[in-house]
Amino acid sequence: MGALLEIENLQVEFDTWDGRVRVLDGVSLSVNAGETLGIVGESGCGKSMTALAIMGLVPRPAGHVTGGSVRFDGEDLLKANEARLREVRGHRIAMIFQEPMTSLNPVFTVGDQVAEAARLHLGLTASQARRRAIEMFKAVHIPEAERRVDEYPHQFSGGMRQRVMIAMALVCEPRVLIADEPTTALDVTVQAQIFDLLQELRDTRGTAIMLITHDMGAIAEMADRVVVMYAGRKVEEGAVERILGEPAHPYTRGLLACRPQLKLGPGPVRTALQEIPGVVPPLHLLGHGCAFAERCGQALPRCRERFPGESDAGPGHRASCWLLEGTQERRAT
Amino acid sequence: MDKNASRGPWREAWSVFRRNYAALIGLAILGLVLTVAIAGPWIYPVDPFDIVAAPKTAPGADADAVLGTDYLGRDMLAGLVRGGRPTLMVGFFAAMIATVIGITMGALGGYYGGKVDAILGRITEFFQVLPALLFAMVLVMLFTPSIVTVTFAIGFVAWTSMARLTRAEFLRIRQLEYVRAARAIGSSNSRIIWGVILPNALPPIIVAATLATGTAILFEAGLSFLGLSDPNVMSWGMMIGSNRNYLREMWWAVTFPGVCIFLTVLAISLVGDGLNDAFNPRLRTR
Repeated sequence: MGALLEIENLQVEFDTWDGRVRVLDGVSLSVNAGETLGIVGESGCGKSMTALAIMGLVPRPAGHVTGGSVRFDGEDLLKANEARLREVRGHRIAMIFQEPMTSLNPVFTVGDQVAEAARLHLGLTASQARRRAIEMFKAVHIPEAERRVDEYPHQFSGGMRQRVMIAMALVCEPRVLIADEPTTALDVTVQAQIFDLLQELRDTRGTAIMLITHDMGAIAEMADRVVVMYAGRKVEEGAVERILGEPAHPYTRGLLACRPQLKLGPGPVRTALQEIPGVVPPLHLLGHGCAFAERCGQALPRCRERFPGESDAGPGHRASCWLLEGTQERRAT
Repeated sequence: MDKNASRGPWREAWSVFRRNYAALIGLAILGLVLTVAIAGPWIYPVDPFDIVAAPKTAPGADADAVLGTDYLGRDMLAGLVRGGRPTLMVGFFAAMIATVIGITMGALGGYYGGKVDAILGRITEFFQVLPALLFAMVLVMLFTPSIVTVTFAIGFVAWTSMARLTRAEFLRIRQLEYVRAARAIGSSNSRIIWGVILPNALPPIIVAATLATGTAILFEAGLSFLGLSDPNVMSWGMMIGSNRNYLREMWWAVTFPGVCIFLTVLAISLVGDGLNDAFNPRLRTR
């Protein structure tokens, strides 16, 4: 049985002043129904571009999908025409964005905006769509749903707007929900509420969720499986316990070490916050080697020459690192 | 809080507009001009083409023509009362034509970008570098000067600024998050252009269209002054145009219609500025 959404060897390139740059290089991942896949990485590592490529929304004319496939329910979306993609968007695969403050159209009521998707895909009449919008508002726990559907976005707080966005995304009961940093712009307490809501909707509706984030805490709380990305490539993939417990790639270890540790005890025990030295290299300067080599404490000479293939690091756990390849060879001999 | 409940951006703009005295004065003048233009012919039923007194009668000299007569002895007051309607109509419809053409060109160019934008941009620039008054004169002379051809001619030369404004707004708005969100729920391009971006681009377009009405009225007066207007329709511009040779002997024949044009255009400008303040969130007080 194939996964619900399966991306294979996806390549996306962008035309820039420095020439053509590969922003996604051979990314493969899959999501099953009812599962939450976390995608982590620093800014600019290609997380959001992966999401846009799935939706067929890679910015034109600078961006090009140059290879790979995006199979949704067996259909390759990269080969689908624009009309078919419009049917899929919002109906089968929906997306919520990072900025709830600006993701809603200021001149229409929130109810109209939720109803719009329902009218578009489900062919509902205006009054049916309105009833559906009210139902959705209740489902995402917006109080006084009947009254608030007729309000405008500026009358909502950030957390409430993100709920509206989720209602908008889920109104057609999509099978995959892509959440691109859904809580980054929100307060911590509101973040927890939004995560609870997403989990509840996943469990009651069997929606597959692709959670894109740079927040390891969010991953720990939400994800079943995790994909770690760096400079347009997938570097590690595995179950959440494996990634958080026994990270195999030095970059993942670095990311985990960067988390602030809360240790309450007698006396001021504060450990310095760790960081990964250096920055993500500019994509147009990437060579053939591992993009992380320059920042990696354990880099070998061959790390700079060739990108390592995937090696097993445990059950369902794979990483692309020469160090791992070494241990495997040693294990084999 | 309750007072603010369910108040859309339009109602909010009106509440700002309401507090702007200059704009309210403009609205009052405009209302007066409109009332006279619409109801005037019934209140003062004198044909402006009828000769009612001796030519070049000064204001106050003859009870039959309170504001005097023109070089043919036609009643000035009748001309002013009748002249409002065609003047306003030409201004309004010419501005509307300019707005429709401008929005279409600007929206398509700004939204699609690339080749579409390059072609539409070149066309806009072509119209922009033509001397507007000369081009309008040519258009009017190609066809017979009538109120319809004058309206179209003005609308046809005045749309370029509207296109540039709309294009700029579309370039700004099309990359906002809610446009991406609309695309992500599967909205079509035309739905996004007309249903998502345009409503958000409207405020500055409405301001520009209002001001364009004033400009179109001035343009019509200019064409009439040059003798290019409908000879069968008494407009303020035509009154100035036909009496211009007697400017030294009879100040009133050009001053009164001139003042009417001035007040109307001023009123429209005040309203336009008021709309601008009302729509511009940066000037808004909380």
